[in-house]
Amino acid sequence: MAQTMPKRRLEIIGLSVTGACVALVTLVVVALIVMVAGKGLSAFLKDGVSPLEFFAGTKWDLQNTRENGMPYVGALPLIVTSFAVMALSTLFALPIAIGSAIYAVEIKPEFGRRVFQPMVELLVGIPSVVFGLIGFHVVVAFMKIAFDTATGLGILPGAIVLAVMILPTITTFSIDALRSVPDSYRQGSLALGCTRWQTIWHVTLHAAKPSLITATILGMTRAFGETLAVRMVIGGIELMPSGLLDAASTITTTLTTSMAVYADGSPQSDILWSLGLLLMGMSLVFILLIHFVGRKGARERG
Amino acid sequence: MAESTDSPTVMGGDIDPAITSAGPSVVDPRSDAARRAALRRRAVTQDKVATGVLTVIIGLVLLIVVAMVGYILVEGASTLMQPGFLTERSRANGTAGGVAYQLFDSFYLLLLTLIISVPISLGGAVFMVEYAPDGPVKRIASTAVETLSSLPSIVVGMFGFLVFSVGFGWKYSIISGAVALTMFNIPILVRAIQQALEDVPQSQRDACLAMGLTRWEATVHVLVPSAMSAIVTGVVLSAGRVFGEAAALLFTSGMSSPVRLNFLSLDFSSPSCAWNIFRPGESLAVHIYKIYGEGSPEAQQVVWGAAALLMICVLIFNVAARLAGRALSRKVTGE
Amino acid sequence: MSNSVFSRRQFLGLAGGLAAFAGLGLAGCGGNAAAPAAEGSAAGSAAASGSVTGEVTFDGASSFVGLVEAAAEQFMDENPDVIVTGSGNGSGKGLTAVSEGTVSIGNSDVFAETKLDADKAAELVDHEVAVVGMGPVVSKNVTVDDLSLEQLKGIFSGQITNWSEVGGDDAAIVVLNRKAGSGTRATFEAAVFGTEANEFKGDAELDKSGDVQTQISSTDNAISYLDFSHFDDTKFNAIKVGGVAPESKNVLDDSFKIWATEHMYCAKDADEATKAFLDYMLSDAVQGSLVEKQGFIPVSEMKVTKDATGKVTEK
Repeated sequence: MAQTMPKRRLEIIGLSVTGACVALVTLVVVALIVMVAGKGLSAFLKDGVSPLEFFAGTKWDLQNTRENGMPYVGALPLIVTSFAVMALSTLFALPIAIGSAIYAVEIKPEFGRRVFQPMVELLVGIPSVVFGLIGFHVVVAFMKIAFDTATGLGILPGAIVLAVMILPTITTFSIDALRSVPDSYRQGSLALGCTRWQTIWHVTLHAAKPSLITATILGMTRAFGETLAVRMVIGGIELMPSGLLDAASTITTTLTTSMAVYADGSPQSDILWSLGLLLMGMSLVFILLIHFVGRKGARERG
Repeated sequence: MAESTDSPTVMGGDIDPAITSAGPSVVDPRSDAARRAALRRRAVTQDKVATGVLTVIIGLVLLIVVAMVGYILVEGASTLMQPGFLTERSRANGTAGGVAYQLFDSFYLLLLTLIISVPISLGGAVFMVEYAPDGPVKRIASTAVETLSSLPSIVVGMFGFLVFSVGFGWKYSIISGAVALTMFNIPILVRAIQQALEDVPQSQRDACLAMGLTRWEATVHVLVPSAMSAIVTGVVLSAGRVFGEAAALLFTSGMSSPVRLNFLSLDFSSPSCAWNIFRPGESLAVHIYKIYGEGSPEAQQVVWGAAALLMICVLIFNVAARLAGRALSRKVTGE
Repeated sequence: MSNSVFSRRQFLGLAGGLAAFAGLGLAGCGGNAAAPAAEGSAAGSAAASGSVTGEVTFDGASSFVGLVEAAAEQFMDENPDVIVTGSGNGSGKGLTAVSEGTVSIGNSDVFAETKLDADKAAELVDHEVAVVGMGPVVSKNVTVDDLSLEQLKGIFSGQITNWSEVGGDDAAIVVLNRKAGSGTRATFEAAVFGTEANEFKGDAELDKSGDVQTQISSTDNAISYLDFSHFDDTKFNAIKVGGVAPESKNVLDDSFKIWATEHMYCAKDADEATKAFLDYMLSDAVQGSLVEKQGFIPVSEMKVTKDATGKVTEK
């Protein structure tokens, strides 16, 4: 029966089957964006929450409501904490990730490929709850001893755990970035009499800069959206943090602990969806950033 | 990737200083030579310091990896060795007993996820590579995939809860979880398969088309088989990610393990049938999140045992991905 | 082979893929369609043979999930065709879930009216299965062993911040709270604050009773609150409230003020299996021995009752 099938029809079938897959994926993504946006905006449109209070208010309390039954929805503490944790963890992870990528590509490439990369990929595979578990038992205990804090829970342990989690992401993408720098660049620099470090610093890193920035943004995206590992070490207090050792709560951790508690359609649930929308918006911003960096890099290279 | 094999010879060792001092000079040759020598020394020292610092950094990373993996395995080993940990169900809200059901649910979720996501991803990747290599359709599709991949898994979980658990009335169920995981898995898979297909030499495509094969025939007969090893590696690696995912499951497959399951039952609508996709389930990762804070020594044993088990499974996926990929590529090239 | 489009192997592979896809769809539809039918026949056979089949799911308060699970074990020994599944993720979650229909039973330390809208709460049927006392707990290094309700109010509202203010050593008080949505927290705050709103959050907010056990045993100068069944003398101290010891016998006549009735809510149109399980929870098999063994108080022994507004009346 197959041989009787005309070639054109076969081609059309192939095109439509694979096209349907793409259409399905696109449709799901569009549905997701539309639904999250619809749910997220309903707090502002239906419940009359002021966006100003949401983005600039500092009092978050879904339990103790106002006279009119509306919760306090100042999400600024959550937003600040999310950004603080993301920035801090990137700060910790970046030098280590780029440094080890340089070592694995430029100094001992054979060791890099055979030993280092599989090890780092192992780190990618470790589930986030396991990171959280180690954070809860090791990092938090260390915080108690090192900084003499009461519970040991807070932003700093969250950032440390996240730094380890995004380390492999940034490292593997950086390794790829450095590898894709043509060898002729290095040979040129070495032939000019530059030392290896000079070559790395002035030539290789410079050539790989756009890809390295992309690697960093990918790491930041992961840090911003990570949920459970952070929840396990951050303490979960929805207050404006006054220091790095304060217990706090990120957007994601508040979602985890509060989402299921409030009935669908209640103002509390709506405002939590607004947080979800905010998370989605941030990840779209990260994508735009990556595109922007990529296009700029391409333009510089000509 | 391959080009850096020859780099050690290029980069190894210092360059003969004679080469650097041979350049033309317009200033006083003697002081210039001294200045150059000083610069040169500084550069060499810098080079050494930098190498030292980099070595320390990479040592630190390796130490973190080894310490983490070792810590989990050591903490969990005694529990894993306990008879019944893998075969008994959990008791007292998960704080005692074994993790048999969680282990089963993890694999079952994974299986369902792969059954749904692999065909869709394969189709999507083939379309994007073979049928619409450029143009607006591909741009839209790849943007969609990229968006999906950058979404925090908690958002995917919330969406899954809204649509599958509440909207479709699937409640907390294995299938809700599997579909949520699919959404999390598709971007990873599409990208891996796309990469694998793009790595097939263009000459093979040209040869197929020159022989009068349609694109579809070329894809089915030549391109997918020759990319198979990379595809399998990608699928198994993504399986490792799916296996450890928890945040997307909290609101979809739920945080409760059945008290009793019947594995022999083939009555798929029976709630006690292990294979019923509409029953609630709890993966190992979710189980760890649920009980990590429980204080009793027994609960802590279960937590660490489950963590070690999860790690070992992910390790196996990693190794299996490499082995399967290698074996398949040998078979394809051997044929 | 010359004009065959598919090689056999690849055709099989493709067909397999398609079959798997289609099979999933069928299984999905089959499962959907079959489930109500099975429930229908279950109800029929239940009437005939006296044994029930079906699925019971619960979620809610972490304070008495142990009791429900232990009862479920016994229940399933007697009714092998029923499966009971559930966990304890907080009263708020349990009530929301049963109201939205994602589980069949919602366990709660508090009345549904306090968490849900009145019309939604009215659609649920309450089953009071036990009473539990809850009391403040402190770290091992804390020397205070008695606090009045006033003092507790001061501590948990952030007015009192040092143990020396309540007769202890000079050390800052570390307040470990439960997350909003916790029934234990709601019960504790209802007893300590009455109807006053309390906005103080403390030094950490924890998800479950077990988390409190862990944190308080590894933290110095901390205070939190737990239900009696989660007390553990080896790790932390349970303290008196206004001179009354946190013991079940003091709860019976309301001389120990912080206690709650454990509710199991189901929908009005709950299925046979759910109803059978709830009946079992109220039967002698559970109320007679299991309740006390798990550290709870049978409702029948109580000399007083508490209503949704927290008003205590003698029986």
